[in-house]
Amino acid sequence: MIRHVILGAGVAGITAAEAIRASDQTADITIVSEDPHGFYSRPGLAYYLSGELPEKQLYVYSKEDWQRLNVRFVQARATRLLPQEHRLELGEAGALIYDRLLLATGSTAVRLNIPGAELQGVVKLDTFDDTRHIFTLARRARSAVVVGGGIIAVELVEGLRAQGLNVHYFLRGERYWPNVLDEKESRLVEKRLAEHGINLHYHTDAAEILEKRGKVAGVRTAKGENIRCEIVAAGIGVRPRMELAQAAGLATERGILVDEYLQTSQADIFAAGDAAQVFDPLTGISSIDTLWYPARQQGRAAAQNMTGGRQPFRRNVAVNVLRLAGVMIAIIGSVGTGEEPLDVARGSSETWRRLPNTIAVGSGGGVNQVRLTIGEQTLLGAVVMGEQTLARPLQELISNQVDITPVRDQLLQPSMPLGQVLMDFWYTTSGKPS
Amino acid sequence: MPISTSISSPTTRHEALASGHVVPESARCVQCGICTFNCPIGIDVRRYARLGEHITNPRCLTCGECVQRCPRCVLRFDRLNIFKERGK
Ligand SMILES: Cc1cc2nc3c(=O)[nH]c(=O)nc-3n(C[C@H](O)[C@H](O)[C@H](O)COP(=O)(O)OP(=O)(O)OC[C@H]3O[C@@H](n4cnc5c(N)ncnc54)[C@H](O)[C@@H]3O)c2cc1C
Ligand code: SF4
Ligand code: SF4
Repeated sequence: MIRHVILGAGVAGITAAEAIRASDQTADITIVSEDPHGFYSRPGLAYYLSGELPEKQLYVYSKEDWQRLNVRFVQARATRLLPQEHRLELGEAGALIYDRLLLATGSTAVRLNIPGAELQGVVKLDTFDDTRHIFTLARRARSAVVVGGGIIAVELVEGLRAQGLNVHYFLRGERYWPNVLDEKESRLVEKRLAEHGINLHYHTDAAEILEKRGKVAGVRTAKGENIRCEIVAAGIGVRPRMELAQAAGLATERGILVDEYLQTSQADIFAAGDAAQVFDPLTGISSIDTLWYPARQQGRAAAQNMTGGRQPFRRNVAVNVLRLAGVMIAIIGSVGTGEEPLDVARGSSETWRRLPNTIAVGSGGGVNQVRLTIGEQTLLGAVVMGEQTLARPLQELISNQVDITPVRDQLLQPSMPLGQVLMDFWYTTSGKPS
Repeated sequence: MPISTSISSPTTRHEALASGHVVPESARCVQCGICTFNCPIGIDVRRYARLGEHITNPRCLTCGECVQRCPRCVLRFDRLNIFKERGK
């Protein structure tokens, strides 16, 4: 019987197990994870922190779901991979021999690299236990400093504020998330944060974390200003976990390199999810998505290939719908503003920042805004802020690469009501009644 | 208190009652569980979203609580059989 070993109990690993089980009720499946909490919603951690969700809600699977999946679960840290011997070593927990291995090891938050980063009180929002740790610290803290420019940083800001702390948010440049949002969009998020009592510090870098008896006591900025706080939280990007693969001699770059079948440079080892850097034959580029749904699709495709199928993973247009500072934002396809390239950020796709020859047009004011990236004949991307009615039609027009020639000129005219033009066009192309 | 959401779904309870049942768009769902947690009668909405199934549970009140609270705009009301999920 073929022995399937899956390293990682995140959404990529679990979805792969589901797909193997669906194809064969008797398949031998072992899942290994070092996280004692098993399978939970990582995006949900932000709502656990903000007090919108109780802890037990984070678990995606019920007892019955686990029974149905019917896998052997080993809680251990994998320490070494020996591809020639088909062996995965688990430290004191022994070793596993596999016929097919899936590396679904995810990614981890990048740690701050400044003096004091090891002090008690420096936190990240990456795992269940990280979140619990923040709760414990927040009970005794009055102020927190948050650094980082993307989604997780703002989730930390909101979460710490919800814990009743006075929150200082450090922005490197002159606005929030400049490589994905345009100025108007950034300002909207900043305004909402300020309205909720967040202290925004522009052009501010943390240079050193100050200590008192081994604990965080404050932050010294690069400009020499001291800010008192008991917690320093960082959301400065993530790093795919590829140590095992690298040490085992598998091909890696920024992530574990896999082809469109999710196969690594070793035929019986596959990789999926945040850890994988996946080749796209359509563009010839290998990229990393640190998003929930692509991790799920990759896990499923990998499983099909591990069980003898030949199923390529086809990247869909990357879509992420977010709530930042209470504002709904849909980011669809290529939308980058071309500013400031960044390491891999959590909950993002490298395709967002890949901008071909395009024109950006925007419309709306106040909290409701739409921005389009318009190519020669198709829409390449969109950012929809606030009211979300347009998000779905845009997602369809962009994913299906609908020829927009009939309305392209109208979309480029500054005085045109973008929303109306788009809705009308979508109704005509999709055949939906208006 | 969490920072409140300024935008709510345009769906009113009246429209909801008139228009059928809740439909998920699974590709947007991050399985956070906010929908399930807020359903007043304890329907496991997240499970439907994971499996990509319409919420056809006859006990659903079509109150719209899950639709409004979902932080990823996964859920919407759909009129039975008029708009079919397309392209999935
Ligand atoms: C706070 C937060 C907010 C997010 N928000 C969004 C969002 O809005 N939208 C979105 O699409 N995505 C979001 N994401 C990203 C999303 O959660 C990830 O893309 C997704 O979880 C990736 O799944 P995965 O299975 O690849 O990896 P993971 O979920 O990271 O799972 C990896 C697993 O491997 C285990 N593991 C790794 N190495 C070893 C080892 N050596 N030995 C044993 N076990 C090991 C880990 O313990 C873990 O169980 C967010 C993430 C976080 C943390
Ligand atoms: S609230 Fe939305 S994103 Fe969260 S589990 Fe429910 S449907 Fe999915
Ligand atoms: S509409 Fe109301 S009753 Fe129906 S599933 Fe959603 S929250 Fe539950």
